[in-house]
Amino acid sequence: MEPSEIPMLSYDVVVIGGGPAGMAAAARARELGLKVLLLEENDYLGGILPQCIHPGFGIHYFREELTGPEFASRLAKRLVELGVEYKTAARVIEIENYSDLEKVVVFASPGGVCQVWTKAIIYAAGARERHAFEIGIAGDRVSGIYTAGEAQTLMDIYGVLPGKEIVIVGSGDVGLIMARRFALEGAKVKAVVELMPYPGGLARNVMILRDFNIPLYLSHKVVEVRGKGRVQRVKVVKVDENFQEVPGSEFWIEADTLIISAGLIPSVKPLRKIGVEIDPATGGPVVNDRLETSVPGIFAAGNSLVINDLVDYVAEQGELAAEGAREFIENGGIGSRKWVKVEKGPNVRLVVPHYLSGERDVYLYLRVAKPMEDVELRIPEIGKRLRLPVVKPAEMIRFRLKAGEIQRAEGKLTVEVVKA
Amino acid sequence: MKTKVAIIGAGISGASIARVLSKYENLEVHLIEKAPDVGWGVSKANTALIHGGYDDDPDKYPTRARLCIRGNRLWHQWVKELQIAHVWNGALIVALQEEDFDELERLLERGRKNGVPEMRMVEKEELFHLEPGLTKEAIGALWVPIVGQIAPIPAVIALVENAVANGVKTHLETEVRGIKVEKGEVRGVETSDGFIEADVVINAAGLYADEIARMAGIEYFEIHPRKGEYFLFDDDVPGPRRVLFPTPTPISKGIVVTTEISGHLMIGPNAQDLPPEEKDNLATTREGLEEVWEGAKKLWPQLPPRSKVIRTFAGLRPEPTGGDFIIKAEEEVWGFINVAGIRSPGLTSAPAIAYEVAGIIQRDLGIRLIEKSGWNPYRREITHFFMLSPEKANEIVKRNPAYGKVVCRCNNVSEGDILEAIERMKFIGVKTPSVDSIKFRTKATTGTCQGSFCRPRIVQLLAGEYGVEPWKVTLKGKGSEIGIGDVKALLRGEE
Repeated sequence: MEPSEIPMLSYDVVVIGGGPAGMAAAARARELGLKVLLLEENDYLGGILPQCIHPGFGIHYFREELTGPEFASRLAKRLVELGVEYKTAARVIEIENYSDLEKVVVFASPGGVCQVWTKAIIYAAGARERHAFEIGIAGDRVSGIYTAGEAQTLMDIYGVLPGKEIVIVGSGDVGLIMARRFALEGAKVKAVVELMPYPGGLARNVMILRDFNIPLYLSHKVVEVRGKGRVQRVKVVKVDENFQEVPGSEFWIEADTLIISAGLIPSVKPLRKIGVEIDPATGGPVVNDRLETSVPGIFAAGNSLVINDLVDYVAEQGELAAEGAREFIENGGIGSRKWVKVEKGPNVRLVVPHYLSGERDVYLYLRVAKPMEDVELRIPEIGKRLRLPVVKPAEMIRFRLKAGEIQRAEGKLTVEVVKA
Repeated sequence: MKTKVAIIGAGISGASIARVLSKYENLEVHLIEKAPDVGWGVSKANTALIHGGYDDDPDKYPTRARLCIRGNRLWHQWVKELQIAHVWNGALIVALQEEDFDELERLLERGRKNGVPEMRMVEKEELFHLEPGLTKEAIGALWVPIVGQIAPIPAVIALVENAVANGVKTHLETEVRGIKVEKGEVRGVETSDGFIEADVVINAAGLYADEIARMAGIEYFEIHPRKGEYFLFDDDVPGPRRVLFPTPTPISKGIVVTTEISGHLMIGPNAQDLPPEEKDNLATTREGLEEVWEGAKKLWPQLPPRSKVIRTFAGLRPEPTGGDFIIKAEEEVWGFINVAGIRSPGLTSAPAIAYEVAGIIQRDLGIRLIEKSGWNPYRREITHFFMLSPEKANEIVKRNPAYGKVVCRCNNVSEGDILEAIERMKFIGVKTPSVDSIKFRTKATTGTCQGSFCRPRIVQLLAGEYGVEPWKVTLKGKGSEIGIGDVKALLRGEE
């Protein structure tokens, strides 16, 4: 067969990923008059949302509390109303960057393999979960070990109950929500095991533990799983303030299921391949205030950019990336400016975006390294101070900087969170 | 009248024997395996090397020494006939101190005696040319170009598919409970699934070969398990180009650093002897893994952070009394052939073991083997979407849209690949649907996310094709079901 038999399409923007970031990006790009194609590898739009059947979505973005499927269907409806072209069951297998305004996305779908020439790419492929091997759990390789997301897919997409006696690793939002999900289906959640000395989830989700009488082991970790065929018991160890195991503190919990909810990692392998610079703190790409990566014309949004705790911020980032793509296409590039670099000061674990132009107001997304009470978020270079009663690593801080404030900076802005 | 042959154990040895015996017109070959699928015992977890044949002392372990080099040569042919993924990348046995050269000289000498071609010592400069990432402590090495790697379970699958295509009958999920012997001659095999009549019984039962032999009244050897643990890293972690061994010690070839054929850096194994009753102890241990990590670091200092580990696993080698392979027709039980104690280099030796057994049948049992005229040496590898060019992929997708639907996003395994794997499972008689059967045939679930995205989808495909409820699909056979029922099972008071 001749290579020419691969169909060739042409768009202004290809959005990779049909979750909330991708859908919001595609809709906004279309509103801005761009010819846009959205590619989603699942059979349905929504990314991870259709399996998140609990409420708590959309308070900022839709000013209404919705479930995951409801949030997803609102965005999907908007796509359809705007006439956005999208393909489901479409897996991107190659991204090539020929020049700033010439990129090729190759995707496979049941209709065949296709290549798309595009000027800009918005990468919104989401994140993956850490699994048991990554967090050093030894023992038998048996059935009954799932990441929280996989357990959620099994239960809420495929209608399968994984087990009845559950131990959950990680007290982040996903772990806590799965603890409730299992309890609601009649399973016994025997423990939530958290490495840190404080719970990892939002306060409203930590309440779940009390509601369902679920024991929480702080400063503990699961180190081993044993069983024949199926998980039978898991070994838990206490850790000290340096995360070193306390000798003699081991104990076993009988359970048939171990759920790993040990954090998310942006899915950025295809970006790495084409040379996009990655921030080790976020695991996502380094971006400017248009959410453009270090490769011109490639934008990132949602959990591929930075792990968010609210879907509303994810959708917001999608729209922002679309606006960036429009500027990029109209001007043939975002243009070089006197970028102001955002630097991390005390108790700031990550901050996005990394470079600011000072031409517009921006939202900064930030996470602290450790919980603190009665603090100030400060940017000393411009004398900015923001009083915060409490900060936690679990809760992303989002705050606005005005163009004028950014312009006052000389080369860099240092963000710090310190005692008020 | 055909001679009925029962082979116990569908690992690399049993499968190789089945393939070779499938060549003969006058044999009716039955391959019996207690696991739901083939290759799940000793063959499943090992270093996946086709060794060079320099390692085994011909005076102490004559069978190992002889069959290893012959097996290596045969694999060069078999991987082509059976389309088994392989790489012939050679091995370096690395010296870190002056004394190591004495041992390397001994290995070179022994290799020459065993008939290993093209081995030679390399000096520091050439060593780093061959392997730039090696520890700077290295001062020289023995270079063995004929060393290679294959994927062991896919190799067993290929052998069994070819054997079945040539008339071998499989009995999977069939446990051997007794060997019927009358007047000093074998008559057949009692199994969990009835009696299988046999004139020749070949015991290739891996870790359980001593127990099977005892069923026939043969008790002169025992098998004890020796555990080895491994780390596998994400495919973006750079690994060596060659197989790197430390200079061996009298008890072990040492902890290997290699890039396995799917492109993942792999380190291991250590060696821990377990008591004979722990033949199913496949648990990794924190101590063992630590030992592997420290050992590997000596050759490959730039090990990545632990967060780049995508899998740890353990394998068991069957260590026989005396240390050498036990491959012989037992005189006191006519028709009973032991293929026991096939520890390292068992994977390498397997094709040679198979011909050895055919020879034993002719020579010692006096059965003249008549070759089939229509024996087919070839077997086609399953379609791997990730290996296709876009043009080729397009062509295949046009014929069957399932090939255009990617299920495993880490390794780009398509629904078509998986459906083809299920067909192949059914072809060799796999009765219980399991995710591992798909994993070993397609590489789905072996990538960065370790199946957390694709496993539920694979379960659904298996459930559909096997006509069972999705929660009854297993990870690796009965007792490892994916779930306990539908999502409301507990609320309805079931379980």
